[in-house]
Amino acid sequence: MLYSRHSLHSPFSIKEKLYNLDFILLFSILLLGVISIFAQFSSSGGSFDYYSKSHALRFGVFFILFLSISFTSIRFWHISSYAVFFILLSLLILVKFYGIQSQGSRRWVNLFVINLQPSELMKIGIILFLSNYYHKISEQDVNKVKFLLFPLLAILAPFILVLSQPDLGTAILILLSGIVVTWLAGVRWKIFAYLSILALITAPIAISFLKPYQKSRILTFLNPDSDPLGAGYQIIQSKIAIGSGGLFGKGFLNGSQAYLNFLPEKHTDFIFTLYSEEFGFIGSISMVFLYFLITYRIIKIGNETRSIFGKLYCYGFANAFFIYVAVNMSMVLGLLPIVGAPLPILSYGGSSMLAIMFGLGIVMSCNVYRNAPVG
Amino acid sequence: MLSFNSSNIASKTRTIGRRMFLLNSIKAVVLLGIFGRLASLQINESSKYRSLADKNRFRETKFAPPRGIIEDYFGEEIASNTRIYQLHVTPENTPDINKLLVRLKSLIGLSDRRATQIRKKIKKQKKWETIIISENLTWSEFSRLNLFLHELEGAHPVVSVARIYKNNASAHAIGYVSEVSARDIRNKKYLKDINIAGIAIGKTGLESTLDEKMLGSPGFLRYEVNAYGKKIKQVSIDNGLKGETFRTTLDNEVQIFSAKLLENVSGAACVMDIYNGDIISMVSSPAFDPNSFIHGIKQKEWNNLLNNRDKPMINKAISGLYPPGSTIKTLTALSALENDVVSPKLLVECKGYIDLHGERFHCWKKKGHGVVGMRTALKKSCDVYFYEVARKLGIDRLAVTAEKFGLGKKVLQDYSEEKAGTVPNTKWKIKEIGKNWYIGETLHSGIGQGYFLTTPLQLNLMTAQIANGGYKIKPRILINKKDKVGNLQKYQNHKNSTPGNIMSTADQIFNFDLQPLFRNQENINLVKEAMFAATNEVGGTSYRSRHNDKRFMFAGKTGSSQIKRFTEAQREAEVKQENIAYLERDHAWFVAFAPVSNPKYAISVLVEHGGSGSKAAAPIAKKIIKKVLERDQNRSSYSNQLNENT
Repeated sequence: MLYSRHSLHSPFSIKEKLYNLDFILLFSILLLGVISIFAQFSSSGGSFDYYSKSHALRFGVFFILFLSISFTSIRFWHISSYAVFFILLSLLILVKFYGIQSQGSRRWVNLFVINLQPSELMKIGIILFLSNYYHKISEQDVNKVKFLLFPLLAILAPFILVLSQPDLGTAILILLSGIVVTWLAGVRWKIFAYLSILALITAPIAISFLKPYQKSRILTFLNPDSDPLGAGYQIIQSKIAIGSGGLFGKGFLNGSQAYLNFLPEKHTDFIFTLYSEEFGFIGSISMVFLYFLITYRIIKIGNETRSIFGKLYCYGFANAFFIYVAVNMSMVLGLLPIVGAPLPILSYGGSSMLAIMFGLGIVMSCNVYRNAPVG
Repeated sequence: MLSFNSSNIASKTRTIGRRMFLLNSIKAVVLLGIFGRLASLQINESSKYRSLADKNRFRETKFAPPRGIIEDYFGEEIASNTRIYQLHVTPENTPDINKLLVRLKSLIGLSDRRATQIRKKIKKQKKWETIIISENLTWSEFSRLNLFLHELEGAHPVVSVARIYKNNASAHAIGYVSEVSARDIRNKKYLKDINIAGIAIGKTGLESTLDEKMLGSPGFLRYEVNAYGKKIKQVSIDNGLKGETFRTTLDNEVQIFSAKLLENVSGAACVMDIYNGDIISMVSSPAFDPNSFIHGIKQKEWNNLLNNRDKPMINKAISGLYPPGSTIKTLTALSALENDVVSPKLLVECKGYIDLHGERFHCWKKKGHGVVGMRTALKKSCDVYFYEVARKLGIDRLAVTAEKFGLGKKVLQDYSEEKAGTVPNTKWKIKEIGKNWYIGETLHSGIGQGYFLTTPLQLNLMTAQIANGGYKIKPRILINKKDKVGNLQKYQNHKNSTPGNIMSTADQIFNFDLQPLFRNQENINLVKEAMFAATNEVGGTSYRSRHNDKRFMFAGKTGSSQIKRFTEAQREAEVKQENIAYLERDHAWFVAFAPVSNPKYAISVLVEHGGSGSKAAAPIAKKIIKKVLERDQNRSSYSNQLNENT
C-alpha cells in the first residue's frame, strides 16, 4: 500500500488527477451545458432574460461544483453516502411540513441561498445510499429477508414522501433508480415479481390517492385527441412542434410553436421540443447521441472502477440518467404520459441541475480515484 | 479484509456486469424507439405537422376589394365607390373604454344606445379585436377626431371605400347594396367563400344580379398570432381582385330627366332603341335613396318606404302589372288584319255602346264616334270598333299576336324582380280560374281591360317591335363586349348607308336573317300610320301632345286601364276622372315611337291613377322623346367611336 487507507487525503497529485479525468465525458457535459444555454436563450424569445441568465449562471457554478466533487476522493463520498441520504430524507420531511407551496404542490424548501427541491437530489441520494448498502453485503445475503427490508424502506420512504407532495414524476424516477440498483446488486427476479404483484394489488388504492390532474394526465396520454384544448393540449402542441421541425429544423430562434407560446413549459419539461423544432431531426439525433455518449462514458467508468460501491453507483447513475432522458423524450414525443420529468442539464431548474452535476461529479470522482479502494 | 472480499467481489462484479448488460440491451431498444419516433414525426409526418403549426400561428382577415362599378352608355358612373370615414377602436389599447365613449359622445355625437351596443359587443369579443364605432363619419367629424386623437387612446380613424349613388334616378334599375342578412347567406352560394364582416351586397336590381361579379375576389391579410390569439405581426397581404365594371345601355342624363318629370306622380317610363333593343331609360317613380341602405337604413325611414301608398321600393317598369288599356288596340288591329279576320276597309258604326247577349259595352265617348274605319278607330281609340274586331278575332288569336310581340313573358333576364304579366286565352282561364271563357271577356280584352296584365317595359317592347317594321328584337340593359351587332341593326345600317336602294321585304328578311313578327308588313305599316294620325292629326287622342318640329315628331297610342268600372249613374253624369277618389282613377298609358320620319326609339309611360293617357302620360312622353332625340346624335357618335376603337 502506497497510502494510508484511512486517509481521506488525495493519494494523487493534481497533475495525475487531471490526467485521470474522463475528458470525453467532461467535454460532453460542457457541450451539453453550452447547448442548454442556447436553448434557454431561445426559450426566452431570443433574449438574455431572467431564465437564460440564471440558467447560464447555474451551469457555471454547478460545473465548478462538479469539478470539485470529481477531485474529492471517492472514499469521502462512500463514507458520506448514508449521511447524504439521511440529510435529504430529513429535508423531504421538512418539505412535507414547512415546504414552499406552488401550483398545488409542496416541493421546495427555502435554504436562504436557494429554494431547493430535495426530491430532485433524492434521485441521486437513493443511488448513493443503496450502492453503499450493497457494497458491504455479500451476494449470498442479498436475498435474505432482513437484508431486503432495509433497502425496501429506503426506497419507499422517499417515494411516498415525494408522491405525497404531490410529484408523481420524481417519485417514479426515485423508485426506478432504487429498483435498478437493488436489481444490479443481485436481488432475485422472484422478489421483484412478488413485489410487483403486491404493487398491482395495491395500485387501485394508490390511484385513489392520486390528484385529479394526475389521473387526467394518464387518461389523456391514452387518448390525447379526446380533449385537444385541455390536458391533451401539451402533447399535441409538442408533437406539432417536433414534427414541424422536419429534417433540418426551423433554425435557431425560429421555432414558431415555442416563440408564439403554443408550447407549454418550454423552459423546463419541453425544452427538447423547442430544441427539436429549431434544429430538426438532425439536431435531435445529435442530441440523443450526446446523451448516449454521456451514458456510455458513465458505464465505461463503472466498468473500470474496481470497487463495488463505485460500480454500483456508476451503473446505477448511468441507468438513472438514461431513464431521465428516455422518460423526458418519450414524454414530449407522446410516447409516455406527461409526468413532469426534466431533461438533464437542458431543462431549466436549479435542483435538477444540481442533482445531475452532483451525480456526475461522483462518477468522475470514481474515475479519478478508480484504482483507490474504498474500504 | 481485502482477501476476505476478493472472491466475493469478483462474483459480485460478475453479477453486476451481467445484469448491467441486460439493462444496456434494454437501453438500446429504448434508444431505437426514440430514434424511430423522431424519424416518424420529423421525416414521415413532417408536412402534416408543419401545416398544423401554420394553422396554429396564422390567422387571416378577409376584406372586400372595391365593388365593381356600373356605368351608363357613355361611361358615366351611375353606381360608384367613394371614400368613407370610419372610427375603429381596439379595446385592448384603450385605458378606459367608458371614458372614451363619453368623449366620443361629445366629439361625434355618439348616441347612448349605440354606446350600450358597443359595450355589449366588446364583452363578446376578444379584447384585441377591433370594433367599428362609427361606419360613416362626416368629414368634419373625422377631422375633429384626428384633432383630438391624443385624447382618444385606442381609437383609429380609418378611411375605407363604400358604394355611392350620385342620384336616385336609377335607384330601381341599378338597385342598392346593404349588409348581408342571414337569408342571403342561405340563398347565395357565392357568399360562403367571401364571408367578410360588414360587407355590402346587392339586394335588388343589377346590384343583385351582378353581385357575384361585382364583389370581386376578397383580399386577405395574413398575420401571425400567438397561443392566446394576439396579433404578432403581419405576414402577407393580398389585395384581392377588384370587382368587374359593367356598362349599361342606360343614358344617365335621360334617366335624370325622366325621373324629374315623374317626380310628382307614381309611375314608370321606358325608352328603347327599336333596332338593337338597348334600353335607353328605365325609370320608376317615386324613387328611394339607395344610399340610405349602404350603412343600414334607419327603421323609421324603412317603415316610411314600406308603408308609402305609391310603393317606392317596387320597380314599376318591370314589376308593376297593369292592364294595357287602349294601347293593346294596336295589337288587336294587327292581329285581326294578319289573320284576315277583318279588312282594313271595315267600317263600324259607333253609337257610344254596343249590346251583346244582353250586356251593354260602352265606348269611352258617350256620344259615339259615328261610322269609323280602322285608321280612325285607332286614331280616336274607338272602343266599339275594337269590340267588333275582337269579337270576330277571338281571344286565342289575339293572345298569339300579343305573345309574339313580347307580352306575357319577361323582357330581360337581368332582374329577379321582373314580372311576366298575363296574356289571357281560353285555356289559360280554364287552368288558372277554372271557368270557361265568355265572349264578353273577349270584348274587354280587345280594348286591353280584363285579364290582360302588362309591365311598362313590355309595352315599350311591343311598341318598339311595331315601330321597327315588325321585327323581333332582344332588349338588353347590360352591354357585353361579346355582343354582336344584331341583324336588324345591320339591316338598318345598310338601309341608312344606301338610301336609294329599295329591297323587297322578302329580300330584307332573307339577306339579313331577320325575324319578322308579321305575315304582311302592310299591316304593320297601317298600324304605324294610324298611330301617326293619333298624335299628329286633329281629333287624334294625343294631338295636344304632338311636336310640331319635324325632328321630334312622334306617333303614339294612349291608353287607360280601368281600376273600377263606372256605374250607370256616373256614366250618365259624365263624371270626370279628376273628380273621383285617387285610388279609383284609371292608370294612364302612353306608348309611342319617334321620330316619325325614320323611327329610332320607342317609349312607354305609365302614370298610376293618372286618369287618361292623353292628359297624364302623353305630355311626359313628349318631353322625354325630345330629350332622347336631342341626345341621339351624341349616342350614335359615341357608339361609332367605340366601334372604331375596337
